[in-house]
Amino acid sequence: MFGSLELSTLQQLWWLIASVVGSLFLFLTFVQGGQTLLLTLAKNETEKKLIANSLGRKWELTFTTLVLFGGALFAAFPLFYATSFGGAYWVWMAILFTFIVQAVSYEYRSKPDNLLGTATYDWFLFINGSLGILLIGAAVGTFFTGSNFSLNDYNQVTWQHGLRGLEAAFNPFNVALGLFLVFVARILGAMYLTNNVDYQPLVSKTQKSALLNLLLCLPFLLYVLGSLVVMDGYGVDPATGVVSLVPGKYLANLTEMPLVALLLVAGLLLVIAGVALNAFRKCRCGIWYGGLGTVLVGLSVFSLAGYNNTAFYPSKFDLQASLTIHNASSSHYTLTAMSYVALAVPFVLAYIFYVWRAMDARKLSEADLADAELNKLY
Amino acid sequence: MLEQLDLSMVNWARAQFALTAMYHWIFVPLTLGLSFLLAFYETLYYKTGNEEWKRLTRFWMTLFGINFAIGVATGIILEFEFGTNWSNYSWMVGDIFGAPLAIEGIFAFFIEATFFAVMFFGWDRVSKKFHLVSTWMVAIGSNLSALWILVANGWMQFPTGMVFNPDSARFEMQDIAAVIFSPVAISKFTHATSSGFLTASLFVITVSSWFLLRKRHVGMAKKSIMVAAVFGLVAGAFVGFTGDEAAYANARLQPMKLAAFEGLYDGEQGAGLVAMGVLNRDKRPGDDRDPFLFEVRVPGLLSLLANREAGSFVPGINDLLYGNATHGIVGVEEKMARGKIALARLADYKAAGKSGDQAAAGAALAEFDRHREFMGFGYLQRAEDAVPSVGSVFYSFHLMVILAAAMLLICLLFLYFTYKDTVAEQKWLLKLGLSGFWLAMIAGQAGWIVAEMGRQPWAIQDLLPVTVARTALDTGTVQATFFMFLLLFTTLLIAEVRIMLKQIKIGPEEK
Ligand code: HDD
Ligand code: HEM
Ligand code: HEM
Repeated sequence: MFGSLELSTLQQLWWLIASVVGSLFLFLTFVQGGQTLLLTLAKNETEKKLIANSLGRKWELTFTTLVLFGGALFAAFPLFYATSFGGAYWVWMAILFTFIVQAVSYEYRSKPDNLLGTATYDWFLFINGSLGILLIGAAVGTFFTGSNFSLNDYNQVTWQHGLRGLEAAFNPFNVALGLFLVFVARILGAMYLTNNVDYQPLVSKTQKSALLNLLLCLPFLLYVLGSLVVMDGYGVDPATGVVSLVPGKYLANLTEMPLVALLLVAGLLLVIAGVALNAFRKCRCGIWYGGLGTVLVGLSVFSLAGYNNTAFYPSKFDLQASLTIHNASSSHYTLTAMSYVALAVPFVLAYIFYVWRAMDARKLSEADLADAELNKLY
Repeated sequence: MLEQLDLSMVNWARAQFALTAMYHWIFVPLTLGLSFLLAFYETLYYKTGNEEWKRLTRFWMTLFGINFAIGVATGIILEFEFGTNWSNYSWMVGDIFGAPLAIEGIFAFFIEATFFAVMFFGWDRVSKKFHLVSTWMVAIGSNLSALWILVANGWMQFPTGMVFNPDSARFEMQDIAAVIFSPVAISKFTHATSSGFLTASLFVITVSSWFLLRKRHVGMAKKSIMVAAVFGLVAGAFVGFTGDEAAYANARLQPMKLAAFEGLYDGEQGAGLVAMGVLNRDKRPGDDRDPFLFEVRVPGLLSLLANREAGSFVPGINDLLYGNATHGIVGVEEKMARGKIALARLADYKAAGKSGDQAAAGAALAEFDRHREFMGFGYLQRAEDAVPSVGSVFYSFHLMVILAAAMLLICLLFLYFTYKDTVAEQKWLLKLGLSGFWLAMIAGQAGWIVAEMGRQPWAIQDLLPVTVARTALDTGTVQATFFMFLLLFTTLLIAEVRIMLKQIKIGPEEK
């Protein structure tokens, strides 16, 4: 089935698959957003416990999706994996550190004798939700603003900036994208909690919070969109493979790929609709609109960066070192084999969905916290 | 040619990988084995309806959760370390090596992540049966993740199912089934998971012994021991069997590793097995010193184990290094010479391709093809670099095997006295039981030292030395992250141990 596809088709397919996983990750950052609300929204022990335990049942899904995103890029676009992780060393290390501390925090935060104290673990969660997401946004921003690397004849990367990736966090576009994602995560976190927790004092706060964070994210969204429309982009000549700076490249991508433009607009509208339903109609369903919307926005962003003869990981230092989905990919054989593996993804999504419906049929309430039998509370 | 410089950076990167992997391996064996023990305990609860089994399951589950969290925390860094510290490696073999890592994500981690939450929080949210299934799924999912990562690791030990592409200068996959079902992958998977089962069984025995010595939770401790001792005994026997398979695979596929962990310098027909020994630290390949200051040797056994044939020839370090015409072994010097030709012709081929000289490119490629099988050796500076650290792997291997015997004995004794129903009275045995977990932990770490240090200097056996696999980073950068990991993981480990001890002190919930 997949074996008869052209290499370039498989490369496009795999960019799509990676984009879907990446976009699902963005949706699942409601966990990270919720972690920042733990510190800023919860006013008493009950509310903290409710937030921590509600998120504590989901955080592994987000984490695992990040791991899968890394694995999929490794298998499908190994040159990107090697260039970006080996090159932009410090920014990835910083991101990984925030995820390492996240992984222990739920389990350890309220156990007796936990060495660092509950407050520290809550701060770990906050750092993961804020700095971690900000830096991920900055790293994704370099898909558009470019990085400083060169590759030798054997494709070995040399990074040409002393900060090794952290310089991305000093570019206004990258920072704006990062902050946008932080606030989106908070919107999603608030709507998730509205949906998952049955405790009115907290829910009335999360309903307002989603709206507030929507307002906060708007300036960054506008800045990102405005810049995208006017900035020069990294185009590839399909015949020669030569990369050059093309004025208005991303605007051109939007007009030449109307579906992508549609995804972007639909996604943003869905997020706004979700927040509105959540805030004004007191509907628990906001997270679903917001989640779907985020996935669509994510898909459009990855498409803008990778499709239509665009270099998705451009080098400012040496334009010809820029990575495209064609020169960075695995061989035909590997992409084919992995395509068969990817057929399992719908089944995975199906059992995850089934299990969570069973688990979340009853919302998390104050009574759950009182239940001594549970003893497993975070 | 690929540059290779800055040995100290490579050594720090190796140290960092070893550090993070060994931290990971503190928690992983417990996850692999405890998850099955939980499934056994809960199945007994499901079948008998006896609440005691449920309380006991939940107690071990609490400990499992504490361990699991830090297992995940240490795991994520390993996955990305291939990119950050070994980026040339990642590019050159990403086609093959990335695949199992991605498959692991899809087929294993999601199972763990999804059903873990049901197992922990689902007691009063899903049916008894669904809960039991979830506990089993956690066990299966964890062990599947071991499968895929060990397929990846096995491929580094025995690269198969792929071909080198001179145009892209990288290795490309040709046969995924050969990668997955390679004999090394299978022996790794069976050996590493069963060693995890043994480790977890001893963990349960150790904690339960502590309860029995203090006369607390006696019923629960005895029940826990009963299942753990059976599981540990079966797993332990399997560990020995699969370990022997691993050594047999080494003899065929990584003879240098085998020679190193056996301390065998000069190959012999009917080679003896050193059961115990003290190495002579001055011994160097090629000199005529005795490798041992003292040794206990079982005559002829090594030939039998390594080749499944009494009296057969087992090559030693010197044979592999300097060649042995009688047994048709090509020495490292010759492989290096031919490897250097291969690398030079590859560079010519590239240059000719750039300048569009088809004829020259064709000639270079033909010459390259004649020597390509030794390409990796072309990177070595000195032939002696092809010998791993004999001391580390020899002692680690022998420690592992001796501990295996000790642990089997412990399981056997516990089973015997459980059968006679006097285990709670055997103070000496309970004291011995306290040590069980620590023995298993040491054996497991020693095992990885054998497997990984025995493979040096190769990142991929015979194809890619670690000096080429690295990222172009300066030493200071890798050093900095090394110490950051050391500090962070040690802090988290201390926190984990304290939480664990506290939960053990608290013990299971009261009825
Ligand atoms: C024999 C088993 C085994 C071995 C050799 C390794 N791991 Fe591991 N890993 C597991 C068995 C395991 C596990 C038992 O499945 C863990 C431990 C705790 C857990 O949640 O899953 C895990 C967790 C874990 C995680 C977190 C997964 C998640 O829950 O999202 C990652 C990313 C890795 N590992 C990656 C690696 C890499 C890159 C390794 C190679 C160097 C490695 N592991 C060696
Ligand atoms: C979790 C258990 C593991 C442990 C305890 C472990 C142990 C070690 C040790 C001690 C080293 C250092 C060897 C040296 O530099 O002398 C090392 C290096 C390395 N190991 Fe492992 N290892 C483990 C699993 C794996 C797995 C599963 C893989 C591959 C999937 C792997 C790949 C590597 C690589 C790439 C290096 C660095 C390059 C090298 O030194 O060869 N390891 N490991
Ligand atoms: C009769 C006893 C044993 C024998 C003959 C044996 C043999 C071996 C051999 C030859 C290797 C190296 C495999 C390679 O190079 O790839 C190995 C690795 C290893 N051993 Fe053992 N072993 C024994 C007992 C144990 C015990 C008791 C444990 C732990 C509880 C253990 C844990 C490990 C681990 C974790 C590895 C690294 C993973 C792997 O390479 O499979 N072994 N063993």
